[in-house]
Amino acid sequence: METHRTTRIVLYAYGILAILVLYLPLVSIGFASVSKARYLTFPIKDYATRWYGKALESSTVADLLTTSLSIAAIVTVVSMVVGFFGALAFARYEWRYRSLFQKFVLLPIFFPQTVLGLALLMWFNALNIIPSWHTAIVAHLVWISPIATLIIAIRAYGFDPALEEAARDMGASTWQILREVTLPLLMPGVISAGLFAFLLSWGNFPLSLFTTGADSTLPEWLYAKMVSGYSPLVPTLGMLSVGASFVVLIIAVGVPRLIKSMRSTRPQQPVKQ
Amino acid sequence: MNRIDQKLGLFSAIPLLIVLVLAFVAPLGVVALFSIMPQKTFSVLNAPDFSAYATLLSQGYWKSLAWSLGMALVSTVTLFLLSWPLAFAMAKVFKRFTLVLTIAVVVSLFVSENIRLFGWLLTLMKGGLFEGHIRAWFGVEFGGVLYNVPVIIFGLIYVYFPFMLFPLAQGIAMVPDDARQAASDLGASRWRILWEIDLPLAAPGIVVGSLLSFVLAAGALAESKLLGGQAVIVMADEIETAFTYGQDWPLGSALSMVLIVIIGSFAIFGISKVDLDSIMGRRR
Repeated sequence: METHRTTRIVLYAYGILAILVLYLPLVSIGFASVSKARYLTFPIKDYATRWYGKALESSTVADLLTTSLSIAAIVTVVSMVVGFFGALAFARYEWRYRSLFQKFVLLPIFFPQTVLGLALLMWFNALNIIPSWHTAIVAHLVWISPIATLIIAIRAYGFDPALEEAARDMGASTWQILREVTLPLLMPGVISAGLFAFLLSWGNFPLSLFTTGADSTLPEWLYAKMVSGYSPLVPTLGMLSVGASFVVLIIAVGVPRLIKSMRSTRPQQPVKQ
Repeated sequence: MNRIDQKLGLFSAIPLLIVLVLAFVAPLGVVALFSIMPQKTFSVLNAPDFSAYATLLSQGYWKSLAWSLGMALVSTVTLFLLSWPLAFAMAKVFKRFTLVLTIAVVVSLFVSENIRLFGWLLTLMKGGLFEGHIRAWFGVEFGGVLYNVPVIIFGLIYVYFPFMLFPLAQGIAMVPDDARQAASDLGASRWRILWEIDLPLAAPGIVVGSLLSFVLAAGALAESKLLGGQAVIVMADEIETAFTYGQDWPLGSALSMVLIVIIGSFAIFGISKVDLDSIMGRRR
């Protein structure tokens, strides 16, 4: 069933409009971050990049970046591991409580994150744990490891169980199969799950709000400043945070491509497996 | 093979189950316990009374609840109407552009929600990107459009757009082209195809998308705080206030319980209705 030519054009225009609207707020922040004035009004008359210099010199900013980065890094590693096994239980193995497990895994994603953060705060209090950025890792994991599981599960669904069965028939142990058949086949899913985990943790605010204790992540600090009044550092740091996400994204997408193209220029080696 | 599957399935579920039991189920249990403690206490070792729930009923908190649920409902319906054509195009019309759109939307998700909302604040405020330029170019002055209910709903629509778009596109992709072709060959009108083929067959995607946007919007906080000023107080805001300024954990817990029960029953009902295997593209 072919769609009409005009309908097609309208739909493409709609799609482009959606992308523009999606990124419009970042355009405003971008302009605001290079405005010279202390009190922002559009149209911007004088441009200056001194706020970026100020932001990079500040030790508060360095602390915020370290905290955010440490949380994101640990969350990434843990959710890749947990998500890999979770995805196998979610999609690959036919076990008795699989369907119950699938539903249980989805629940945290549907949960209001602010309330989850508060619940964790009370739980840590009941356990006599003083909240710090370590506890924020736990909070992020509750929400991010199910997402990582789903991403890897999509890959695990498209996976042919005959490959594992063949390895088993040839006498491979369960551990060997996992390491030499399952893991390599799911690797692209695991890597994109890791990328999602990192970026979602880096940008997360509602889960960090109540669970970082005296420490503060970048999005948390930005929020505090936004509610308490305008500071020229807010758009600047916002832009820096966005910029960092894009750099990570480009590296994560670009490096494997580069390796691939380097490999393909080399003479073909016989493929193992 | 089947016995091995049973064992391996359980084993691989264990790490995730540990995370979820220790950091999701247990905290919710604590919230439930706290909600029946006497007010202004910070320990669960008191004799339970239900004073927090009594306060909740007598202090007019239902207004905040109504705002939260009402705005979530309006934004979900609007999101559905706005996203349907685009989701349809992503599943059936666009070719390479689907990938471009998907990447553009996913990448926007990686930017912190409050940074994007702050961007809207700078765009919409008096002297912001819109008003400032219109004043400079046309000399027309108008107050900003911030700090009211419609702008909060706009914020909700903006932030939760991906959560409607992707499940919807996935649902529509499940509608077989043959069915649409057959209906069209038999003389069904465009609307009839939409009503009798597209909507019912894409139902799992519609359920997941609507559920996600409704549930997330009902528990949202940043939209009403950043864009809405103090125009209305939403449920999540009341909960936060009870915990922070109020220092009343039992009241905060009771308020949370109300939100948890409402959202939880929606989520559980919705999740139990859809077959995850088929939505996520199982081949076997």
